[in-house]
Amino acid sequence: MSAPTLTMEGSDNGAVLHLAGRFLTQSLGSVEKAFADVSVGTGALRIDMSRVDGMDTGGAWLISDLMRRQEATGGQVALESVAPAFEALIETVRAADPHEHFDEAPPRSFRGFLEMTGKGVVNGWHDTVSLFSFFGETLAALFGTLVRPWNLRAASLFSHMQDAGFNAIPIVGLMGFLIGVVLAFQGATQLQQFGAEVFVVELIAISIMRELGVLLTAIIVAGRSGSAFTASVGSMKVQEEVDAMRTLGLNPIDVLVLPRVLALLITLPILVFICVITGLFGGALMSWINLDITPGMFMTRLQDTTDVKHLIVGLVKAPFFAVMIGVIACWQAFQVKGSATSVGQRTTTSVVQAIFMVIALDALFSIFFAQMGI
Amino acid sequence: MDGAAHTSETGTTTQREAIIKVRGLRNQFGPQVVHDQLDLDVWRGEVLGIVGGSGTGKSVLLRTIVGLNRPAAGSIEVLGVDVVNASQAERGPVEQRWGVAFQDGALFSSLTVLQNVMAPMREHLNMSTRLMKELAELKISLVGLPPLACDKLPSELSGGMRKRAALARALALDPEIVFLDEPTAGLDPIGAAAYDELIRELQRALGLTVFMVTHDLDSLYAICDRIAVLAEKKVLVDGPIEGMTEVDHPWVKEYFTGPRARAAQLKTGKGPETGGE
Repeated sequence: MSAPTLTMEGSDNGAVLHLAGRFLTQSLGSVEKAFADVSVGTGALRIDMSRVDGMDTGGAWLISDLMRRQEATGGQVALESVAPAFEALIETVRAADPHEHFDEAPPRSFRGFLEMTGKGVVNGWHDTVSLFSFFGETLAALFGTLVRPWNLRAASLFSHMQDAGFNAIPIVGLMGFLIGVVLAFQGATQLQQFGAEVFVVELIAISIMRELGVLLTAIIVAGRSGSAFTASVGSMKVQEEVDAMRTLGLNPIDVLVLPRVLALLITLPILVFICVITGLFGGALMSWINLDITPGMFMTRLQDTTDVKHLIVGLVKAPFFAVMIGVIACWQAFQVKGSATSVGQRTTTSVVQAIFMVIALDALFSIFFAQMGI
Repeated sequence: MDGAAHTSETGTTTQREAIIKVRGLRNQFGPQVVHDQLDLDVWRGEVLGIVGGSGTGKSVLLRTIVGLNRPAAGSIEVLGVDVVNASQAERGPVEQRWGVAFQDGALFSSLTVLQNVMAPMREHLNMSTRLMKELAELKISLVGLPPLACDKLPSELSGGMRKRAALARALALDPEIVFLDEPTAGLDPIGAAAYDELIRELQRALGLTVFMVTHDLDSLYAICDRIAVLAEKKVLVDGPIEGMTEVDHPWVKEYFTGPRARAAQLKTGKGPETGGE
């Protein structure tokens, strides 16, 4: 392999550039700068190629680029003793020269910033409208199903209930248990200072039933099933399966969205209940170990002092969260455009949005219940 | 390995160099044997078309040669290197001397067309980004895409443009061999003819060896120097298309004398019947 070389030589009738070696893409790095350094004057330049014994489009590009620059400044350029094959290649490359080179990433400026902000606001507005209309479509489909229950895709519904509900029991149960343990442990150390250990029962029961159980279960489900919904429906969108459905007279909302949303609507309250039970169990266990509150005492105190309304307050929120998660996940999936990257982005957004909306909704519920005195 | 830019040699040349040499290849998926005792030579500078019915393992053969599928037995030599048993270090240089264009492009969906073409360059070449960009733009222009396409994502391109972009990426490192998997599938007849013409032109201008899996009879007649028919788990017959109608095998007969074959043949005037008149 003879490396490519350039030698410049001045003579009476213009400069001569001697090229030698093999001008292949692999080895162009070494001569790139030399080519750029060839001073382009207005005089005549002859390129002697008698000792060139290899060339591909990369090499041909550098030579044709040099020729173009020379011609652009009004100089003359000629190839000498060039093999016919190389000449043909250079001709091909010159013919294909894109001439106009496009510029990447426009420079950042204050105007660009304003433009971006404006686009962001407009897109945000469009997204909001689109989400609400999607929510409306889903509700309409839901009522349609209530009127004609035989139209419901039962197999699909049960399959999603299995995936999103039944299969989530271990993780939700474990999480509830650990939350109970943590609350008992943390509560105990604080309450012991006042000699009020026994109030740890109320601490655990009320916080898990009212807030933590439902909130954390919804977050787990948003991360677990919301992402799965967006990814799977989003991939179908990429593969044009959703469009295929429309052409076959199937309503994607009925076929894809409703079974998923309904599955969450049915299973999330059950998961919340399981979370509450395991949470109480974990709390009771920790209170027994740490504070010598026997399970019997824990039960009695729970029944005496904790109203059942706390459990109901928690469970009432679950269906709202379920619909929120399901609708956001499916809506994000329908926003997928084109590529696999888009599926990834939408999945991330779906989870973040669902979790945020769940927490925001929970805050609204808190205010509502406080105002109502529940 | 003499530079590029030499014209295509047809079967008449006496001194021909086997750039790919497949011997005794056996491919098996579970109990299903796809290839058995398959031999194939690809000569430098030719356009070889691989045809065969569905499920005869055309794409598997391509994938096996480029190393995406490990054969159960047999040897494959590409540019003098035994690619089946070579270490990664030995394979690397050979891999840079071939380019593969997959059926649906297989462009990286998160990168623009320009970035797709630059991707192999960034990895393997030691040159300035500016030169890489210029070379990538040149490749994109060579395959007949407008400069505007540089900035587009693959999802924003039509099927035909994606195939062209895939070819541009396959040509990024100026390879000696180009593998094409169903290059004209899914293109309209005009687009397919233009793509055939493009492959032919590039092959002549850059001195490429083209290994192409195809179903398209028009491409076979228009640009292939030689055809290899896969059937009965091996290369049943190979040679220029003119000889294919003489082959006494039901599938080959049906393929090359069916109504579509006759139509394609009339277009190019390459077949034995038209040639004789």
